[in-house]
Amino acid sequence: MHEMSLAMEILKIVQDSIPADLIDARVQRVNLKVGRMSAVVPDSLRFCFTVVSDKTNVAGAELAIEEVAVEVRCGDCGHQWLIDAPVFVCPQCSSGRVEMLSGRELDIVSIEIEDEEGSDAHAG
Amino acid sequence: MLTPDKRLIYRHHKDGHNHTHPHPFSPELETQRSGGREIKVVRRVLDANDMMAARNREFFASKGIFVLNVMSSPGSGKTTILQRSLAHLMPELRCAVIVGDICTTQDADRLSLSGAPVVQVNTDQFGGDCHLAAHVIERAMAGIDMDAVDLLIVENIGNLVCPAEFDIGEDQRVVVLSVTEGEDKPAKYPLMFRECDAMLLNKIDLLPYLEYDVETTLQSVAQIHPGMPVFQISAKSGQGMDAWLDWLREQVRSKRT
Repeated sequence: MHEMSLAMEILKIVQDSIPADLIDARVQRVNLKVGRMSAVVPDSLRFCFTVVSDKTNVAGAELAIEEVAVEVRCGDCGHQWLIDAPVFVCPQCSSGRVEMLSGRELDIVSIEIEDEEGSDAHAG
Repeated sequence: MLTPDKRLIYRHHKDGHNHTHPHPFSPELETQRSGGREIKVVRRVLDANDMMAARNREFFASKGIFVLNVMSSPGSGKTTILQRSLAHLMPELRCAVIVGDICTTQDADRLSLSGAPVVQVNTDQFGGDCHLAAHVIERAMAGIDMDAVDLLIVENIGNLVCPAEFDIGEDQRVVVLSVTEGEDKPAKYPLMFRECDAMLLNKIDLLPYLEYDVETTLQSVAQIHPGMPVFQISAKSGQGMDAWLDWLREQVRSKRT
């Protein structure tokens, strides 16, 4: 439900990240990391991003979302594992002192900008 | 859980990764996938909010104010809980409330009867937002004499999803679940129940009339957030309120010392 606010933040960060000498270039792709425990629905986020970036220099850019698994560590025995259900109890020692190592990400990793000279690198 | 509708798009890191699946692109080529030039950014999407929340937190610390962020779905009884809590906490503690709703000032009208300063935030000015963000709290504080506050309570927008994602600079987060909502809510909204520091199970005066299994809820919460205190209360009858208020007073006290 807050994907629109997030899309607006993403657009702002993306526009701030374009180097001054490339300010007129088109942004083709925005690479994002989204933890599976974050309250974000990727399809909604993509839709909202399309809406907010319309008629900007970021219009048409693809929002590439990499989902990050939820990895946790037991604070008592040190056991480390991936969870696919919200159970934060150590399977080894039953401790509830479990810390999340990943899965809450909502990060912009990089942007990809149209680069005519560099386009032949694709072939290499 | 973990949203099966989330579509997975693999994007490999140039640095090491240890998952095993076919690699249609070599790592060197993959940064060129759009044919463009890749510029590293590495910033949290909520950077701006987090920075504002940190500023709020610093401000609250400098004033010795304890801040409680109260979240739940609509209709769980947040406002009634706060009305009754304020009646017990004041005047021993100087309280103030920021209450968020998309529309109307009904909650603020009810809460201001307590005598505490109350600021209503209507988020329709911010695009009908489903949560209170840190900058909204900063703005709302302008309406309160913050030198005369020990405990600031923020009643967030009724919503079990989005508010969990937005730090507002609070000290503790409390989630309210009412027994009319069903035992399955913690498992359906794990992030909220994981992110909160305590839970209030409200409307227990209705238990004789419902097929609600308290034990199932407690077991579910114990898996999502082991050790989180759960207070079973009825804001209407006052049942269980003492334990909750003692906990809250202790939190406020421990921040001061």
